[in-house]
Amino acid sequence: MRRIFVVAFLVVLVAVLVFLGLNALGLLPEQAAAQAEPIDWLLNLELMVISFLFALIIVPLVYSLVAFRRKPGETGDGEHVEGNTRLEIGWTVIPLIIVLIFAYLGAENLGRVRRADPQAMQVQVTGYQWGWQFKYPQYGIRSQELYLPVNEQVLFKMESTDVIHSFWVPEFRVKQDLVPGRVTEVRITPSRVGRYTLMCSELCGTQHAYMNAPVVVVSRAEFDAWVAERQAAAAAAAASGPDAARGEEKYLMYCKACHSIDGSKGVGPTWRGLLGEQVVLTDGTTFIADEAYILRSIKEPASQVVAGYPPMAFNAEAVGLTDADLADIVEFIKTLK
Amino acid sequence: MKKFLSTGLMRGLAFQILGTLAGAGFVTLIRFLMGLKIWGWDKTTYGFTEPAWVFGGLVGVLSFLYGTRVLDDWLKWAAGKETHERHEDPPGWVKFFGPSLDHKVIGIQYTVTSLILLSVGGLFALIFRTELAASGLQFLDPDLYNTLMSLHGIVMIVSILLGIAGVMNYLVPMMIGAADMTFPRLNAFSFWIAVPAAVLLLSSLALGGFDTGWTGYPPLSARAPLGMQMFFLGVFVAGWSSILGALNLLATVLRLRARGMTAFRMPIFVWAAVATSIISLTATQLIGLSFQLVMFQRLFGMGFFDPAKGGNPIIFQHLFWFYSHPAVYVFVLPGLGIISELLPVFARKPLFGYKWVAMSSLGIALVGFLVWAHHMFTSGMNEYLRVPFMYSTLLVAVPTGVKFFSWVATLWGGKIETPTPMMFVLAGLVVFLLGGLSGPPNATVSTDLHLHDTYFIVGHFHDTMFGGYVFPFFAALYYWFPKATGKKLNEKLGHWHFWLMTSGMLVLTLWMMRVGLLGMRRRIADYDPALGFDLSHLVMTVAAFAIALSVLIFFVNVYTSLRKGQAATGNVWNSRSPEWQVPSPMPAHNYEKEFRVVGEPYDYGLPGSAYVKFED
Ligand code: HEC
Ligand SMILES: [Cu+2]
Repeated sequence: MRRIFVVAFLVVLVAVLVFLGLNALGLLPEQAAAQAEPIDWLLNLELMVISFLFALIIVPLVYSLVAFRRKPGETGDGEHVEGNTRLEIGWTVIPLIIVLIFAYLGAENLGRVRRADPQAMQVQVTGYQWGWQFKYPQYGIRSQELYLPVNEQVLFKMESTDVIHSFWVPEFRVKQDLVPGRVTEVRITPSRVGRYTLMCSELCGTQHAYMNAPVVVVSRAEFDAWVAERQAAAAAAAASGPDAARGEEKYLMYCKACHSIDGSKGVGPTWRGLLGEQVVLTDGTTFIADEAYILRSIKEPASQVVAGYPPMAFNAEAVGLTDADLADIVEFIKTLK
Repeated sequence: MKKFLSTGLMRGLAFQILGTLAGAGFVTLIRFLMGLKIWGWDKTTYGFTEPAWVFGGLVGVLSFLYGTRVLDDWLKWAAGKETHERHEDPPGWVKFFGPSLDHKVIGIQYTVTSLILLSVGGLFALIFRTELAASGLQFLDPDLYNTLMSLHGIVMIVSILLGIAGVMNYLVPMMIGAADMTFPRLNAFSFWIAVPAAVLLLSSLALGGFDTGWTGYPPLSARAPLGMQMFFLGVFVAGWSSILGALNLLATVLRLRARGMTAFRMPIFVWAAVATSIISLTATQLIGLSFQLVMFQRLFGMGFFDPAKGGNPIIFQHLFWFYSHPAVYVFVLPGLGIISELLPVFARKPLFGYKWVAMSSLGIALVGFLVWAHHMFTSGMNEYLRVPFMYSTLLVAVPTGVKFFSWVATLWGGKIETPTPMMFVLAGLVVFLLGGLSGPPNATVSTDLHLHDTYFIVGHFHDTMFGGYVFPFFAALYYWFPKATGKKLNEKLGHWHFWLMTSGMLVLTLWMMRVGLLGMRRRIADYDPALGFDLSHLVMTVAAFAIALSVLIFFVNVYTSLRKGQAATGNVWNSRSPEWQVPSPMPAHNYEKEFRVVGEPYDYGLPGSAYVKFED
């Protein structure tokens, strides 16, 4: 009986120490969304139970190894105890109850994470190999950076143009896959001003590790200023003709992952000296690349595939590139001699 | 040398190469006649076109089987010829390189193949683990990283499947007093079909690799390089090995038990083997099927998972996880069975609550079928499915808890000895506990939204795999090595192996969980230095090397102990199990005299009791 008391005391002690130790380590990144609160709360509760169960097994295990170790020269076997039905029922039923409580808490917690604000601002997210595109239908703008006003719920409607991707900002906690052929949703209420990183967390091919986008959470006023600035820039771009500098920007955002401009071979052919160069297609036809060809290869990649490459798995329309954008890109390609 | 080249294995490999070329050539000829593309060099065409390679791969497997002569008896029967009921194996090492019908030889063949694959898969891990030691790309490119990471996963899985098949094959007939498995030829077939499967998997490395992980989710897998198809084909073929092996094992346990061995008097490991085999027999088809569908999508343009053709990528995930979740229990149940089997021997006490432990294996197997969608909480499947799957997943904790409590109660009040096998049993218990305890946060949906696809998961499942399989597997190797060879493995090297592996494993997986919580995604070739994970990854890499070194020490131990190890032909561990009541190594058809079960298997401490009695 004395042994049982010693073990019980040690179990409590170890459980408390483990739990405090884990907490002292700082286990999670900073909390920057309302959805993170219930999640962190549940995780913390689980850690408590985990620390206790850990102690509950480890302490008697280690205690037995010390107290019931065979002494040198000792012979004979241990006590002949085959089992104890009451104990077995106990350690089946009590865990069952705990598990059911946690399942209930989990469901309730999920409800809190998913709580919807009908006023939420909509942002359309497009994931593609390998980048992100955000559209703000309410304001008629788009961006490669995710600007969000603080303390307002945002409803993300997400699509993928190619393979499965996943939307995750560790500080926001929640994660949601983007699946080609359907729209998936997630609601997030940023709660802290700052800069974060959106990362694709579903393996999506070669450049998966680099499929990130900056996330900027700002005050409502700053957000409005940013929107106005984007709207003005878009209007100015539409008014002026094609521009190589803007084209380069777009190249860096959308095309760099697969096309080099220094002559090296990537997933797709290099763009250096593309204009006026001889092109050989998989079907054997050859011709000199001109502007029309370049535009066609971007808009209908399958119609003409360069020999030695797989068809371009990139859909310019789906990520929101307009004809004006493409004209800018062509302008940029012209400068690459 | 000449003797080696004419073994079944070498003949099979030669046949596989020729068969592959013949099959690919045949398809190429047809394509030529149809006016299709027959030759090229890009990521889906390595010389031969993709359909040619796939068909060639399949013909290669059949040729391998023919070449090893494992089909000979069946072919003779089909032709109406007589064969011998039993085959005597040639003496010496040659028998291990060709088809044998002896379950002990097959068990060793499985085990050694498993260890080879373990080394290969481990090597892949070391390579990309080294790449990860610092941020930035040092010596791998992202595609090669992805291929190595994907192959590490599947090679380890096949290694585990062969490892458990090895241990079960070797032990179960002995434990139940059978001379062999029910279907010895099917048994040989199950092993030999796994060899060309492994060759196919590894061949993907030379055919462009694949960048999807072992999960092979479309649409990514529908666009991956040719290596993807070799992976699909390899897994498909390996599945046959699992299914047929499980069938054989169940038939053996049902039909060939010794007199008096009622269900609750079977050694507890046999219960684990039965539970595992039920899963393998009924779930493996689903992974084969899901991969076959993607294969056909690629070959014939069928749009199963292609949204442009009305397909649905999420259906794949359901099919895939319907096997691949229960598969986790296929991997760990035998290991947990080994823990339950060895604890009483070294605690010198009966297994606490034998019936509960036996039933908990079945319970885990059963509940394991109902939890698959917990891998898909973020996938975009119907949202209302998430809560029921959370309930079912958390339920797994109950039978698993029963095992842990019973194990601890077995130790309590014992007279505990800790030779190397027992040390591995205890480490397995502790590491599996960590794996188990890190499970519930993934099971509750909202917390999983954060943890899914991070290093937390990577740490969690490496703990379950090491605790549930690797440590018990090594425990079994240390424990039954004398039975198979009549020699004991060296204790001192065993201790080195143990301490390096245990400390390496704990550091590696706990650190994985830590960086995962902080925001480290899994399956990435590179990470942002701004995350501040460089030091953590360096530590994990060092820990990985410690584990590799420990396995190397084990191999040295096996080599030296085989040559001049301490002779051990008797009941080395003072066990009650029937296989230890006869001298080691075990003769070809096991027991010369049959035995009858006259008592409980684990009545340690009950004077005058016996488990089995040999007939006169
Ligand atoms: C996922 C990789 C990928 C991305 C991203 C990508 N491309 Fe491509 N691209 C390819 C591949 C592969 C080819 C060659 C096969 C083909 O012609 O369809 C190609 C071919 C082209 C060609 C024809 C080049 C030639 O040498 O004839 C043009 C022009 C082109 N892409 C433009 C773009 C533009 C503009 C963007 C960005 C808005 C872009 N690509 C983004 C992969 C990509
Ligand atoms: Cu992605």
